[in-house]
Amino acid sequence: MSSERKEKAAHIRHLLDTEGPLIGEKVRGKNRDRYAAAERFEAWDDSRDEARAIKEAAIADLPDLVEQLRESVEANGGTVYVADDAADANRYVTELCEEQGAETLVKSKSMTTEELELNDALAAAGVDTYETDLGEFVVQLAEESPSHIVGPALHKSREEIADLLNATFEPDEPLETAEEMTRFARDYLGERIREADVGVTGANFVFAESGSMALVTNEGNARKCAVTPDTHVAVTGIEKILPSVDDFGPFVDLISKAATGQDISRYVSLFTPPTASPTLDFESDEPIEFGDAAAESDDPDDDRAFHLVLVDNGRTELREDDQLRETLYCIRCGACSNSCANFQAVGGHGFGGETYSGGIATGWEAGVHGMESAGEFNDLCTGCSRCVDACPVKIDIPWINTVVRDRLNRDADPDTFDHLVDGLSPDEEPSGLALDKRLFGNFERLAKLGSATAPVSNWLADAGPARAVMERFLGVDRRRDLPRFRRETLVDWFDDRGPRVAADDAAREAVLYPDAYTNYVLVDRGKAAVRALEALDVRVHVPRVRSSGRAPLSQGMISTAEDHAHHVYAGLAEHIDAGRDVVVVEPSALAMFEREYERLLAPKSADRLADASYEVMEYVYGLLENGGSPDALGHPPEAVAYHSHCQGRTLDLEPYTVAVLEACGATVRTSDVECCGMAGSFGYKETYYELSMDVGEELADQFAGEPVVAASGTSCQEQLDALLGGEVPHAVELIAP
Amino acid sequence: MTATDDFLDALDDLDVSHDRTTLDGLSATLAAAVDDPAVGVPLHVDATLPDSVATTFTPGELQDAATGVTPARLGIAEYGSVVIRSSAGGDEPLSLYPERHVAVLDAADVVATGRDAVDWLASEVAAGRGSHVFATGASATADMGGLVEGVHGPNEVHVVLVEADTA
Repeated sequence: MSSERKEKAAHIRHLLDTEGPLIGEKVRGKNRDRYAAAERFEAWDDSRDEARAIKEAAIADLPDLVEQLRESVEANGGTVYVADDAADANRYVTELCEEQGAETLVKSKSMTTEELELNDALAAAGVDTYETDLGEFVVQLAEESPSHIVGPALHKSREEIADLLNATFEPDEPLETAEEMTRFARDYLGERIREADVGVTGANFVFAESGSMALVTNEGNARKCAVTPDTHVAVTGIEKILPSVDDFGPFVDLISKAATGQDISRYVSLFTPPTASPTLDFESDEPIEFGDAAAESDDPDDDRAFHLVLVDNGRTELREDDQLRETLYCIRCGACSNSCANFQAVGGHGFGGETYSGGIATGWEAGVHGMESAGEFNDLCTGCSRCVDACPVKIDIPWINTVVRDRLNRDADPDTFDHLVDGLSPDEEPSGLALDKRLFGNFERLAKLGSATAPVSNWLADAGPARAVMERFLGVDRRRDLPRFRRETLVDWFDDRGPRVAADDAAREAVLYPDAYTNYVLVDRGKAAVRALEALDVRVHVPRVRSSGRAPLSQGMISTAEDHAHHVYAGLAEHIDAGRDVVVVEPSALAMFEREYERLLAPKSADRLADASYEVMEYVYGLLENGGSPDALGHPPEAVAYHSHCQGRTLDLEPYTVAVLEACGATVRTSDVECCGMAGSFGYKETYYELSMDVGEELADQFAGEPVVAASGTSCQEQLDALLGGEVPHAVELIAP
Repeated sequence: MTATDDFLDALDDLDVSHDRTTLDGLSATLAAAVDDPAVGVPLHVDATLPDSVATTFTPGELQDAATGVTPARLGIAEYGSVVIRSSAGGDEPLSLYPERHVAVLDAADVVATGRDAVDWLASEVAAGRGSHVFATGASATADMGGLVEGVHGPNEVHVVLVEADTA
């Protein structure tokens, strides 16, 4: 193993043993709660569309909004400073503290100040800084970094937090329960807030028209930090600006549901600072008198000062980047982290860069810290796409990860061992692309060769020395079974056999798309699909068409994937013109047609292919709905446990498989894990094998003892084979006659 | 179901207790609802605070108060939220510092949804009243390894709903 791979694998193994289980339990809970909250809220999808449109327009108008905001805040009596970068922002805040003679400062949770490393700058300037969000307080005491953008201390157990507090503060009675620790922290931090000279908050949203800002919290500390000290400094990214409070509605609908599964957070606060709230000097014995006139006044309190620090730090460049701009729509809810199987397993110290963590972090890190930071964890996004449904502003997070991967590939140095796979790789990528990526990205070519020389290729590939070489140079983990290439491909089989439904008798005509896995490896599921369709009077064609490009895309090889897309479209367009439906067995291939091809093909072509394409069980469902009889199909076992492919879930395909199996007489139990962990090539890679298996355990636990387990994706079938032993069929194999 | 019914149901779900009263009964209801020592902001409805609720106090007394009584400018039935305005009267610190927050809400000010509340908020901002909080239940955290209420804000919220006297 290369030393870099070894180091990464060791780091992941460490997290799997330590922080992962703690974080996993908590974020899986939040993920389930998000589903439930979205289910309770009828307008979930409408609000997402609205929020998305508002963010798109706001980022497009950003320079004007910054100026409008500046005028509004200044008219209200506050100050706006636009900081070019972290050093600039930190200098402004520390100089402000110096001018005011500030000795202590309290903060509420802000990822943007983490990005700036503001606390270090304040410490260097001699300002005592206290984090008042309890999670952030724990992380500050432990001198660690947040492991989740919403729950910074999710990686800490109650016992660890107790040890930390007891060691730091040496209370008379050691702290033990969550209740005791919370009370202690509240009292300690309450004093810090009351004596602080400056309060620093972030801002979840800022409104240009009125100069207002919103904070969404559960603890009440953000409001105390904002209003207790006389000086309030809000530090936030320029992308947080919305035109006006009128635009706030969909974000109030969404942010808490997406973040924690709460219908709304405990405190959704709007400030138009400086506010009218009286300043409180807790050392003074002067009574405050609140007459009726004061109670109804909203004039700013004269003693208050407000500074809004708007941070650019790479955001303007992100805004100009057509591929990564969407990052700026992010409202920092963490739903992409919570819905991510790999994040659930390792947490943000594995799936994260210098500051940010989770799927969207790739965009943030590339934008604010640079490609190196993004490259540290970008591989952990498998493109499973479960975050796409979770994101309240509908950011295509897998695409951002793919683009960054592509750019990282292009920056890589040519490797000495390129010749090993060069012969295999007729791709469009630069030399220097990592060998494992080139190998997996050219899966179709590999499969073709493997099939042509099967079974010898399989014997060779299985041989110990071959596996050692593959592991050493290609990073293919030797513990993983390799795909068994079949000598007779699906296309060859069908060519010999021909269609069994005459054109005149056919209810419909369809192309069964021979994706590379179905064509070369899992040929039986392709044959089953043909039989099932024919049983329902469909005249089937299985043309020789290139693989979808999923394999290269997953390695960040966008040009190669695009090349595949053009060929696939050319190979299918005439069939579509002839009125044939396109039926796809492999969900990851269908997801290419339905999602990614819109970025790779002319829009009209992408739409045409997407409109004509169906997942095989979806198609069977449609045939049954239109008068087809389940009696024509085979009889599945009485009880089936079914795991739906991650990308199939995102396309909402699971219900069709369940309905068809049930129509054929089976009772079906489904898994609720987001992904099996295999994710194409991911689980083959030596660096990630253990992570992949760890993610898979969750699924294996759910299906332990089930007599019949079925899946829809090649990866899921392979992973379940490995986890449960025995062959895990595709669902269509259970209903084919 | 009226918006009031929905609102009261949402309060139950949040473990927020409530009283229903009229303007005439408000002072007595509040006297029974507060823990001593109590501080308060003069009310936005036509009633006076009971004698047990001080409206003049030092910051230290605010810190030590068991109860803070404030107007709630709006109630949101969808969430069981009360909307507290940051006026010069100190609604905001009084709703935050004491352990128990008693919010006085005119039943006519209950709206159905979060969107209704944001519409109202936008009109308030336009009218120069630009700082409010939607407060939903007690302050809470799970950061110390288990859900605990009463972190930096109150650990008890009690709503006094003032309804029209139909008698």
